[in-house]
Amino acid sequence: MTDTATRDSEVVGGRVGKGLQSLSSFSSGQTKLEILAIIATAVVVIGGMELALLWFEVPQYVLPRPSEIVVALVGDFHLILPHLGHTLVVLFSGFAIGAGIGIVLAAVITQFPFAEKIIAPYILILVTTPMLALVPLLILRFGFGYEPRIIAVALASGPMVMINSATGFRRVDANKIALARSYGASTLQIFWKIRAPMALPMILVGLMIGAIFGLLTAVGAGMVGGGFGLGNRLTTYSSMIQMPQFFGVVLILSILGILIYVTFYLIGKKWASWEA
Amino acid sequence: MAAEVKLAVRGAGKRYGEMDALKDCSLDVAPNSIVSIVGPSGCGKTTLLWSMSGLHGLTSGEVLLDGRRITGPHPDIGLVFQEANLLPWRNLMDNILFPFEVKHQKPDHGWIAHLLERVGLTGFEKNFPNELSGGMQQRASIVRALSLRPSVLLMDEPFGALDAFTREEMNQLVEEIWMETHTTIVFITHSIEEALFLSDKVVVLTPRPGRVLNTYEVPFERPRTMEIMAGKEVYDLTYRIKADIYGQSRMQARAAE
Repeated sequence: MTDTATRDSEVVGGRVGKGLQSLSSFSSGQTKLEILAIIATAVVVIGGMELALLWFEVPQYVLPRPSEIVVALVGDFHLILPHLGHTLVVLFSGFAIGAGIGIVLAAVITQFPFAEKIIAPYILILVTTPMLALVPLLILRFGFGYEPRIIAVALASGPMVMINSATGFRRVDANKIALARSYGASTLQIFWKIRAPMALPMILVGLMIGAIFGLLTAVGAGMVGGGFGLGNRLTTYSSMIQMPQFFGVVLILSILGILIYVTFYLIGKKWASWEA
Repeated sequence: MAAEVKLAVRGAGKRYGEMDALKDCSLDVAPNSIVSIVGPSGCGKTTLLWSMSGLHGLTSGEVLLDGRRITGPHPDIGLVFQEANLLPWRNLMDNILFPFEVKHQKPDHGWIAHLLERVGLTGFEKNFPNELSGGMQQRASIVRALSLRPSVLLMDEPFGALDAFTREEMNQLVEEIWMETHTTIVFITHSIEEALFLSDKVVVLTPRPGRVLNTYEVPFERPRTMEIMAGKEVYDLTYRIKADIYGQSRMQARAAE
């Protein structure tokens, strides 16, 4: 009874994929015992923190106790909620623009290996340069509204999505394309029925990393840009030494990150499980 | 009297840059027959088969199906690849329906169900390729190729990756399918045993550039029993084909000295 989960995932023959393997190693079928152990560990860690902070009389402005963080978060949630909304708007619109452009560019550019080689260094620069650095410049040009932040998020997530999607689109299996061609498939059909599904696992990896980078940049831009957003709350609460609220916001950010991860994990499980 | 010809290769040549993969290669395939092509590694067998399927063109010569020149993939020609070449993101049934999807054709579900039963895959329609053994995957790919009722089936070393026992089972399956459909089959293989079990005619190619060295008629009745396959005629044919193939490589080795 306990090993049904492992039986289900048993694979006969076929190849083992790489793309989403790291994603699937997490939460792939838990038994009652495992769930119990996970909860117990959480209780020990959080409870231990609580007791340790009490015991050593650590002042609240250094590190608030978990219970204080929860109380502050619940009590001030109505104050934090609008900022959460702002950050989500920035994150979603920036990510949608960046990811959309990234996937399309990857699909197009991989069809022209020569052009790809020439463009590659610039993409790499975009990937490796922290886009946060551009926020002050963007603010000068676009003011303190949503625009500079959305642009920064798009610039941070787009290249990530693109570079991973390109890896996916480059995985050409000549035999699968020959198969489609032997049935008279058009170039467009080959793209939608062979190349795109083949690239999907890598596109999902790119989307996940891109979304995490987007979150990072959205928060950072809020800290630099001031006025609104979760990043702004972090600077405000720390300057007012409201550490329980500060950590409450950090907690929200952790949860956002985990939600991004889990979302793409579930999408991958549904649509790209053939490779995992 | 001129023998009937289903598929004809006439003076086929294929160059890749400076290298000739095929040169002046000609062979005839009679309708409803099974012809195997054997030859040393790298003799252009796959090149020849892909040219016959219309997947790539020839540098010189032509391929004729029912007397008409093949210029591209043809609906009357089915192709079975080395390894099963199933799409891993589609379940077995969706893999079999793939050709119909590409062609915007309505699939003949009755025929597909019959084929699936024929190859023993009934009940596996919803399984994904990575849940099936190598033999099952290759059986599914045969169903996919036959689902469009091609009049010619080209098979490119389809069982090369399978273990010896599975391979024999698959050979019997091909024979059974042939006895039911009488589809013209061109079969590429490294195994002389497999070629002699399946074929009406075995064609031996020379090393690169590939040309036809010899053809052997294999006139045994079907189904071919273990007794037939253990007989002296088969033994003699095996010997002559081996002499053809190894003779060639020995001559090459000598020429190289």
